[in-house]
Amino acid sequence: MKTLRFLLLLTLIGSCTFAQEGVFTYKKLPTVKLKTVKGLPYTSDSITNNGKPIIISFWATWCKPCVRELTTIADVYDDWITETGVKLYAISVDDSRSMTLVAPMINGKGWDYTVLLDPNSDFKRAMNVGPIPHTFLLNGKGEVVYQHTSFSEGDELNLIEMVRKLNRGEEVK
Amino acid sequence: MNRRICCYLGAISLLLLVPVMVKSQDVLKGSEVHGSMQADATYYLTDPKTGITDSTLDGKLIRMNAFTEVNYSLGNFTAGMRFEAYLPPLTGYDAQYNGVGAPYWYVNYKNDYIDVTAGNFYEQFGYGMMLRTYQEWTLGYDNSLRGLRVKVMPAKGITFKGVYGVQRYYWEPYKDYNRGIVKGFDADFYLNDIFKSLNDAKVKLTLGGSFVSNYQQGATKDIPSDGKILALTLPENVSNYGGRFNLNIGDFNWFTEYAHKINDPTALNNYIYKSGDGLFTNMSFSKPGLGISLMSKWIDNLSYKSDRSVSNNMLNINYLPSITKEHSYALASMYPYSTQPNGEVGVSGTVTLHFPKNSTIGGKTGLSVAGNFSQVNGLKKTQVNDTTAVGQIGTAGYASAFYGVGDIVYYQDANIEVTKKFNKKWKGIFTYLYQTYNKDVVENHAPGDFGTIYSQIGIADIAWNITKKHSLRWEVQGLWTKQDKGNWVASLLEFTISPAWFVSVMDQYNYGNSNTSQRLNYYTLSGGYTNHSTRISFSYGRQREGIICVGGVCRYVPATNGLTLTVTSSF
Repeated sequence: MKTLRFLLLLTLIGSCTFAQEGVFTYKKLPTVKLKTVKGLPYTSDSITNNGKPIIISFWATWCKPCVRELTTIADVYDDWITETGVKLYAISVDDSRSMTLVAPMINGKGWDYTVLLDPNSDFKRAMNVGPIPHTFLLNGKGEVVYQHTSFSEGDELNLIEMVRKLNRGEEVK
Repeated sequence: MNRRICCYLGAISLLLLVPVMVKSQDVLKGSEVHGSMQADATYYLTDPKTGITDSTLDGKLIRMNAFTEVNYSLGNFTAGMRFEAYLPPLTGYDAQYNGVGAPYWYVNYKNDYIDVTAGNFYEQFGYGMMLRTYQEWTLGYDNSLRGLRVKVMPAKGITFKGVYGVQRYYWEPYKDYNRGIVKGFDADFYLNDIFKSLNDAKVKLTLGGSFVSNYQQGATKDIPSDGKILALTLPENVSNYGGRFNLNIGDFNWFTEYAHKINDPTALNNYIYKSGDGLFTNMSFSKPGLGISLMSKWIDNLSYKSDRSVSNNMLNINYLPSITKEHSYALASMYPYSTQPNGEVGVSGTVTLHFPKNSTIGGKTGLSVAGNFSQVNGLKKTQVNDTTAVGQIGTAGYASAFYGVGDIVYYQDANIEVTKKFNKKWKGIFTYLYQTYNKDVVENHAPGDFGTIYSQIGIADIAWNITKKHSLRWEVQGLWTKQDKGNWVASLLEFTISPAWFVSVMDQYNYGNSNTSQRLNYYTLSGGYTNHSTRISFSYGRQREGIICVGGVCRYVPATNGLTLTVTSSF
C-alpha cells in the first residue's frame, strides 16, 4: 500500500509538471498536408496572418450548423478584417464524396475565406476535433487560446470580442 | 495489493516523472498533450407500437459507446492511443463491438522529408478507389490499418507513400492469416512544383498512381451452392491499381481517377471470377457568385476487402462514395442512397448561385440558390455464354461494357435550396426535393419486395435572432409518397442561448401510413450545454428506424425509445 501511495504522489508531481509547462495548449499547429480547393498541395504551416489573430473553423458542406456559422460570419467578415485584421481559415472535412462541391459552394455562397480541404480528416484528427462545427482562435503568436464546439447565432459576437481582446493584449479564456 | 496494478501505476508514474527528471535539460520543452473523448449512453424503454420489446433489446436496457483518445507530441515525434468501450454497444451497432480495449495506437516521426508511422494509421490514396482507411465514430466504422506507413518527400512536389498492415475487425486480433495483409504504394507528382519553368504557369497539373495488393491465405474454398459443395480455386493475392490527375486552369478544375482490380471472387459478388473497374471524374467551374460542378462515376465489381468472406461494411480497403447529394434534414434523409459496389453508373450536377446584397435579385440582403440533380443506374450486364446465368457463382459472372448503362434506376434526386436573409433578424432556407429510391436494390431486398419509392419533400427552415444571444429556429418538413410508409410531416423548434445552451423539440408524424396502427408520432426532446470544446447533451423520445449515412458508408438504425446522454470533449 505504501508503494502505491508513493507512486500516486509521483504521478501527481508528474502531472503538475505537465500542467505547469502548459502542455495542453497548442503552441504551434501540427504540420499536416492539406489541399487547396483547386486540388493543389498546402501545408498547415502556411496558416499564418502576419502576427494578427487567426480563426480556424472545421466544417463540411453537409453540416447545416457549420454552413450557418460561415454564412453568418460572411455577412460581417469584411468589417471584421477592417477592424481587427483577423483571418478565417475554413477547413473542410468533406471526403471524396463531397470535396469537389466545396469550391462551387464557397463561391456560390459568396464566402471570402481561405478554404482548405482535409479529405481524410488528417488535420481534424491532429487537432483532436470531434463533432463539427469546431472553431479555434489563435493569437498573433499562433497559439490556440480558445476553442468551441457547435454553433448558435450570437457565437460570432463572442468570437470577435475575443479577437478584439487579443488585439488589446488582454488575456482570453 | 495487486502487483500488476502496482506495476502499471509505476510505469505511468515513471512516464510522468520523465519530464521532472529532464526538465533541467529542457529536452521535453515544447511537448504537448491533447486528446478528445465521447460517450453516448442510452437508457432504452420498451415501446410495443414500434416493436421494441425486452427481447429485441436483449434485456440490456442501458448501453454505452465511449472512447478517449490521447496524443502526445514532442517536436517531430507524436504518439497516441484510443481507448474504446462498448458496454454493450448501442442498438444498431454490430454486437461484435461488445467489449473494451485500445484498438488504436501509434508512434510517428516526421520531418520535411520523411514521415514514418508504426501502429495504426488512417490513409487515403487519391480519391480512395484503391485505398482509404478512416474512422467514423457515429457509424461505428473503423478500418484502420495496423502496421507500418512510410511517406517520403524527396523533393518539392513529389510524395511517395508505402503502407503495410492488417485492418481492424471489431476486437478480433490478427493471427494466423485470419484476414488479409494489405500492402500499398502511392506516388504523387505536382508538376508545377517539380519543374521550375512551370512554377508560375496558369495550368496546374498533379499526377498520381497507386498499387495496392491484398494477400489472403486460402487458395481453395468450398462454397455451398444449390445443395452442392463448389470447390473454388481462389487468387490469394488480389491487386487493385490505377492512376489519377488533377488539372487546374484558373477557375476551372478537372479531377479524374481510374482503378482496375484483378478477379476477386467474394461473398459480396457471389464468388465470380471477374475483374473490377471504376472511373470517377469531376469538372467544376467556380468564380465569386457562381459555382458549377459536374461529376460522373462508373463502378463495376469494385468492392475490395481484406477478407473475401465478409459481406458487411467492415474490412473495406477502398472507398466508393456515392455521388448523390448528402442531405441532413430528417425527412430529406429518409431514403439515402449508398453505392452499390457490384456495379452502378451515375451522374451528378450542382449549380450554386449567389446574388449579392443590393442587387436586383439579391435585394437588400442577398440571396443564394443551389440546385442539384443526380441519377444512378445499374449496369448493363450480359451473359458470358448461353449456359451461364448473369452473376452465376464460380463463373466469369457477366460481361459488361465500359460505362454500359443498365435500365434499372437505383436512385434519382432533383433538389433546389434557396437561402434568403430577410433582414437582420430573420433568415430562411427553403428546400424542395424529388427523390426516386429503389428500395429493393439499395437495401438489398429481393426484387419486387418493396419496389421503388417516389417522394416529394418540402422543407422550410426559419431562424429568428430574437436578441444578440437568443435565437429561435423552426423547421417544418413534409414528405409525400404513395409507396412505402406513405406521407410524413415533421416539425422542429430549437431555442439557443449563445454560446452555451440549447433546447429543442421535434416531432415526426407518419400520418399517411396505410397501416393505421402505424400512424405514429416520433417525438424527441433534446437539450444541451456547451462550454468551450465540451458539450453535454441529452435527447429523450422515440427515434424512427432509418439509415444513417456518412460519406460512402451507411448503417441501419432500428427504432428506439429512450433517454440518450452524449458527452464530447477535446483538449
